[in-house]
Amino acid sequence: MIKVLFFARLQEELGKDNMELDTAGWTIDELKNWLEAEYNLDGVTQTMTAVNEEFTDGSHILASGDTVAFIPPVSGG
Amino acid sequence: MTSNYFELTDQPIVTEAVIEKVKRREAGAVTTFIGTVREFTNDKRTLKLEYQAYQSMAEKKLADIGDEVYEIWPDAVAAITHRIGMLDISDAAVVIAVSSPHRKTAYEANEYIINRIKEVVPIWKKEFWEDGTSWVGDQLEKTHYPTGEPWKGEGHD
Repeated sequence: MIKVLFFARLQEELGKDNMELDTAGWTIDELKNWLEAEYNLDGVTQTMTAVNEEFTDGSHILASGDTVAFIPPVSGG
Repeated sequence: MTSNYFELTDQPIVTEAVIEKVKRREAGAVTTFIGTVREFTNDKRTLKLEYQAYQSMAEKKLADIGDEVYEIWPDAVAAITHRIGMLDISDAAVVIAVSSPHRKTAYEANEYIINRIKEVVPIWKKEFWEDGTSWVGDQLEKTHYPTGEPWKGEGHD
């Protein structure tokens, strides 16, 4: 299973902060496109993505046990 | 560097404690940056702010920034504490302390750190305005990341 984390506006749009998905073997871009279509999750395709707490790109292939986080533009400081 | 040089807290930040982490006999300068909650942005009034973080990754990214600083300015020592949760006007959201033998490095490294925090550390600010709320950095209005990755920083290739 893949654990997916949502923050800030994405979390509010979705109404939850995480989900478990059976998407091993998918790329990040495939996952983003699916989430956008399935949950009408506006803007998920424009976020940064971290896998296991490191930034990665859209071609990264997910493996079982990965934790994916969609990172909207950050605004700390 | 030990990891508690780079931390998140849900309690008010004690500025002196952050400074103490970087003080040392070799240092002739300590710069401190305190990022505080601003009441007015242009004409819009903020009532309070909420900071949310991907905590484990945020602390790791703060430490990565510390590594970048060390690569660029090997004689600098940095400490960063960022607050999360609800903050009132004028509360400190972030405190950055940098020590170095000479002041130029402490000034430059400190500014580098706050700039990098605003680029790569997964922390988000929610504004509570008089007439509603919004997450700052809203991806429909501001920066987009078409490659999915942020800029990697001067300390990296």
